[in-house]
Amino acid sequence: MRTVGEVIARRNREAGGALIGYLPVGFPTLDESVEAAVALVENGVDVLELGLPYSDPVMDGPVIQAATQQALQNGFRIADGFEAVRRITERTDAPVLIMTYWNPVVQYGVDRFADELAAAGGAGLITPDLIPDEGADWLAATERTGLDRVFLAAPTSTDARLAKTVEASRGFVYAVSTMGITGARSDVDRAARTLVSRLHDAGAEAACVGVGISTAAQVAEVLEYAEGAIVGSALVAAVAEGGAEAAGRLAAELARGTRPQ
Amino acid sequence: MALRDAHGPYFGDFGGRFVPESLVAALDELSDAYELAKLDPAFHEELAELGRSYTGRPSIITEAPRFAEHAGGARIILKREDLNHTGSHKINNVLGQALLTKRIGKPRVIAETGAGQHGVATATAAALFGLDCTIYMGEVDTERQALNVARMRLLGAEVVAVKTGSRTLKDAINDAMRDWVTNVETTNYVFGTVAGPHPFPEMVRDFQKIIGEEARAQMLELTGALPTAVAACVGGGSNAIGIFHAFLDDVDVRLIGFEAGGEGAETPRHAATITKGRPGVLHGARSYLLQDEDGQTIESHSISAGLDYPGVGPEHSWLAALGRAEYRPVTDAAAMQALRLLTRTEGIIPAIESAHALAGALELGRELGPDAVILVNLSGRGDKDMDTAAEYFGLYDGEQA
Repeated sequence: MRTVGEVIARRNREAGGALIGYLPVGFPTLDESVEAAVALVENGVDVLELGLPYSDPVMDGPVIQAATQQALQNGFRIADGFEAVRRITERTDAPVLIMTYWNPVVQYGVDRFADELAAAGGAGLITPDLIPDEGADWLAATERTGLDRVFLAAPTSTDARLAKTVEASRGFVYAVSTMGITGARSDVDRAARTLVSRLHDAGAEAACVGVGISTAAQVAEVLEYAEGAIVGSALVAAVAEGGAEAAGRLAAELARGTRPQ
Repeated sequence: MALRDAHGPYFGDFGGRFVPESLVAALDELSDAYELAKLDPAFHEELAELGRSYTGRPSIITEAPRFAEHAGGARIILKREDLNHTGSHKINNVLGQALLTKRIGKPRVIAETGAGQHGVATATAAALFGLDCTIYMGEVDTERQALNVARMRLLGAEVVAVKTGSRTLKDAINDAMRDWVTNVETTNYVFGTVAGPHPFPEMVRDFQKIIGEEARAQMLELTGALPTAVAACVGGGSNAIGIFHAFLDDVDVRLIGFEAGGEGAETPRHAATITKGRPGVLHGARSYLLQDEDGQTIESHSISAGLDYPGVGPEHSWLAALGRAEYRPVTDAAAMQALRLLTRTEGIIPAIESAHALAGALELGRELGPDAVILVNLSGRGDKDMDTAAEYFGLYDGEQA
């Protein structure tokens, strides 16, 4: 199977860059979230980011909070995340990253979590509340299993911290576009362009921009300077309104932003 | 190493900084400002002067002999943090962090609050220092602590009722952190307890440890000896660490934290984090927490909004792991009985939070016998709890059976 790094590199050769789509597992149901994820890939999403619902999602705005809270009320279990990865990777060839807050991984057991994610065909983790400074267990587990580890970089990160984040990350570096939590914004912050440039200076091969991106025009704008654009809340809102079909339609629209101008 | 010398980011296996990268620069800025302030005599003098001329420090100690008659004959002595300006120990920490906010040069502060005591203290400091102020409070708590909501608004703060999750303190912290991630360039987060990411557990402890420093000297003066035991209630744990800290290396002094046992620690409805939880990561630190098998935080329950929190400060987890401090649950019912008993025997109405420590002291006294001397941190006064108490005891006209 192709890795996240390979897919992003290929999409930067043949198109404007990669489109990364986020959906939470278990929203509105496990089956429907799998269908929606497959629909994203069939409509031009290159890499999937599957969120594990968590009780205290401090990086998430209202759209994703509402979706993940509903998934939890419906009985979401961490093992459903591996099940979703397995079913999606059986039906598509897009790499699937899990986005998870750290405590569920700690409680599952870092090594056990890594082994089951790898066995399910998952590509790795995006960890919004785990910084490399606290990530020794996770770094060791990824060295052992070959899983990717995507850490976040912020406009306020110092050069020294960006260097550390780039060195620790594998797959790509998640550049947080603006100071804030997830949710669509009319203007993707100019700070993103500067941050990506600083990440490239620090040696990042792939920097993908997330938080606030919801339109094809924003995807195209981000791909002028970054290797990938990450869309979350807008896709979740589409699932909430019209299920997998609506998510697929929005993905097709967003994917127009990846075409060479 | 003396236990009192322990500092962040780690207390044994606990503590750390499990936060979004977007907050790291702000936490570093705060840590650096605090490290500089620690070395600056002018900072300490300014804080001490505020303590003297604004808070009313030192707070007195009061012996409670009529209350102690119900405690197996042990002597019970109260450290009167309830007499502080704004009515609780929370002001000690807030004044320190407000001074730091001025040093950093940010014009706005935010805070979470459960019972509203930390929110009131923060709004008070914001008024005193001319800072913009937003307080996040769970919607459930805004209802049961309506008086404190009005106080905060009168002080000029914006109060945001948090409607997500359990709509209590933990969700207020989530929303305050979201605000901070978004507005970090203009905003300082005045965290209210010894939990959260480094530097908060260490810094808040340092601003609260004056409670125990004063009380230790006052006990020696009053009784000629150190107390047998020190009792405090524990939610996040700031008043408890505040009074414990000066005694950490006095190995003969027992330190007991009383957690909110709600309807009973054996039921699902409690907030007895150390008693019933296990280590995990919440709100930026590794510590004990109430969680299910998957690591999802379990909603806590307590009649006391200030103790209704499924986490606890990492230094407490460390002290529990070392066996230096003990942690026990006290039920809603036992706390409310202790609240009424202190009121009727001593004419002091405690906060429901502090009533947990009083109930614990009654239990300890019966265990330790008449030679024991128990120091209790009376961390707050009960004015804010009058509605809850009136409902609980049927004190309103037309309610009595």
